[in-house]
Amino acid sequence: MAMAKTRDHLGRPVVAVTGMGVVSSLGQGIDDNWAALTAGKSGIHRITRFPTLHMRTTIAGTVDFLYPDEVRSPVLSERLAHLAAAEAVEQSGIGAPGDFPGMLFMAVPPVEIEWPARRDFFAGTDPETGDAYDRMIQRVLSLNDPDTYEFALYGCVADRTADHFGTRGAPISLSTACASGASAIQLGVEAIRRGDTDAALVVGTDGSVRIEGLVRFSLLSALSTSNDDPEKASRPFSKDRDGFVMAEGAGALVLEDYDAARARGAKILGVIRGIAEKADDFHRTRSKPDGSPVIAAIQQALDDGGVSTADVDYINAHGTGTPENDKMEAMSLEAVFGEALKGIPISSNKSMIGHTLTAAGAIEAVFSLKTIAEGLIPPTINYHNPDPAIPLDVVPNVARAQPVSMVLSNSFGFGGQNACLLIAAEPA
Amino acid sequence: MSAPNDVLVTGIGLVSSLGEGLDAHWHAMAETGARPHPAETGKFKPFPVFPMVPLELDKQIPRRADIRQMETWQRLGTYTAGLALDDAGLTGDAERLARMDMVVAAGGGERDLDVDGQILAGLETAAEPASYLNEHLSNDLRPTLFLAQLSNLLAGNISIVHKVTGSSRTFMGEEIAGISAVEVAARRISAGQGELFLVGAAYNAERKDMLLSLAMGRTLWQGEPATVWERGAAAEGGMITGSAGAFLVLESRAHAEARGKSAYAKLSSVLSGRSRRGPGDAAKVARKQFDELSALFGATPPGVLSGANGIAAATAEERALWDALVAEGKVGGIRATQTLIGNAIEAAFPVQVALAALAIARRGFYLPTDGSGIEQPAATPAQILATSWGFWRGEGMALVEAAD
Repeated sequence: MAMAKTRDHLGRPVVAVTGMGVVSSLGQGIDDNWAALTAGKSGIHRITRFPTLHMRTTIAGTVDFLYPDEVRSPVLSERLAHLAAAEAVEQSGIGAPGDFPGMLFMAVPPVEIEWPARRDFFAGTDPETGDAYDRMIQRVLSLNDPDTYEFALYGCVADRTADHFGTRGAPISLSTACASGASAIQLGVEAIRRGDTDAALVVGTDGSVRIEGLVRFSLLSALSTSNDDPEKASRPFSKDRDGFVMAEGAGALVLEDYDAARARGAKILGVIRGIAEKADDFHRTRSKPDGSPVIAAIQQALDDGGVSTADVDYINAHGTGTPENDKMEAMSLEAVFGEALKGIPISSNKSMIGHTLTAAGAIEAVFSLKTIAEGLIPPTINYHNPDPAIPLDVVPNVARAQPVSMVLSNSFGFGGQNACLLIAAEPA
Repeated sequence: MSAPNDVLVTGIGLVSSLGEGLDAHWHAMAETGARPHPAETGKFKPFPVFPMVPLELDKQIPRRADIRQMETWQRLGTYTAGLALDDAGLTGDAERLARMDMVVAAGGGERDLDVDGQILAGLETAAEPASYLNEHLSNDLRPTLFLAQLSNLLAGNISIVHKVTGSSRTFMGEEIAGISAVEVAARRISAGQGELFLVGAAYNAERKDMLLSLAMGRTLWQGEPATVWERGAAAEGGMITGSAGAFLVLESRAHAEARGKSAYAKLSSVLSGRSRRGPGDAAKVARKQFDELSALFGATPPGVLSGANGIAAATAEERALWDALVAEGKVGGIRATQTLIGNAIEAAFPVQVALAALAIARRGFYLPTDGSGIEQPAATPAQILATSWGFWRGEGMALVEAAD
């Protein structure tokens, strides 16, 4: 007898999550991360990877336990991705080692040659050759260093990950700034919904806290400068919030066609019920003052999932802790949810792990699924000075035991990127 | 054989060293077979580069403040996206632009070379190099430079300048990013996951920071320009990079018909693939793509726009594949477009699809530009295969044919 095909409210295949993995400054693996996250522990610390003299910000949520010395960003990004993906693939039990039967969608940070390499290339070159770049070009032509070359390519980390896990077809390397992790999940969901693949490995990774990255965000006045007490620096929704804290990590999900997952006896961890995205045309770093793109993204996610605001029982906020983001996010949520918003718990994982940039959407999706599985909502820590303009239930400082079956997870990024995911418990 | 979810090319924006717009490209590639302007062989020695023709940026980016906020690749892309929207009759169509989805392929990271040079020189004599680096990065970098470097800010600028505000996705990864961008948009249209897309990329070849990265892999041709096939036959060979922007408006047939818009061509299929590039690997992927697409071939063999780049191993491999298929009578004329345009990396595949659609619309084909035997005079093809093999990895192939 042919099994009935499970379809969503629009007649599309249902997309299940059957595996997940995570690495952050709190540790490696879901168990360690979840224990720390629900204990309200912060992973933010002083930067020791490079000297921070002259820097306005000297703290971050770097992942320091994998490499004792500074490595190139893409090397760390790849390692983080592999650890998270390996955990996800193992949990899902899909395929065989090195043989993942589906596509790879990967959110990766942009890459470039970094200062240590640039200095190496420049050292000892002849000023007669021309300007600094002429000199470095002459040098590298004789160096023949394929490793440095490959890690300076934008497609390298995803391609090496595809090699490692044996995913099918060309991998996609995605960048939608701080919404990248969520966008990667959307691409995977769309591919499964249209029947291109039964399974997708989706990864968001970011190991790019380096001096120039820190300077760049600092020059845009985006970072917290609360250096004295690093663990208290990330203060989403607080009145005295003063910016986000850069951080590293990776999150990975195995997405599968629901019926295919059931047919192979996989444990279903949840479903990606709705996805939505809406670009903002207002400004390169600021949202349209009326919040209309964010509002549209939230509304479209609900519509895509075929649910109403009353079905959402927890919101995993983008909640970066910048004055502007948190205000905009709260205002937009209120526009969609109305008065009912005050009764919905909303918390920011970034209060503990910082802003993992490219990885954030994927990591927060993992934590959202874990919230559903455990019936335990991670808190927003460092919430001692509420912002009266944001009258929300931010699950202050202490985790809360409460059943959750549907999560709205928000991700916003520079360049007008607004992505929302609706993550739900397995359909009954 | 038409269907409402066919993927049609209804707008093309194209700029390169050959000129601005479709007429300029048709003239150079189908009527003269020659570059209208010389290659740049001095500024980036030892590498030749095909430089962008001068553009009047304010024709597509009216606000000076917007132009100032971008680096060159973003300007090229935003400008070219505007050309494509104009061409598709969508400029100012607020309702449609607000639900138009966008997939952009981008590199990024355009650096301030002067600042880098000053810091590198200063570091050599600094008593405390780490401290010197921090101090000078903090003081010398333009605060908004970061926004001109971020990969997804080409898409961001297109949203701001042209009001394209459906979904916005940026793919990275050199040539394969451009292949995947076109592929994902086409698959979404076919599956009803969107009906109107802006897809494309831009590449500024005239930058030493990018040449440095490419030089590390010994991928670049040195000295006087030569054709793709000549370069591919010479020792290590090498590619010549070219500045270019290419954006396509892709639209479902139903959507185009509903607004009374004719199309250049139908994008019948786009396939992406990958290999580890061991000997023969890429040709195996391409042959599989060819076999899959051959189910869609008509009575006469398709013409081929090869994206071969002149790097010896891959170019020889691709040439052998086409030689074999020509011998089997399975393909028509072969043309390597990078002989005149150069490799525009992320934009390479969007350029290929644009040129294929143009030839289909004009019911003609491009002239041979190489004398080594592979590019023969050929009848006008009814279908065109457009290929791209990445200089590192990634292989793609599209089939383009008449819309009706």
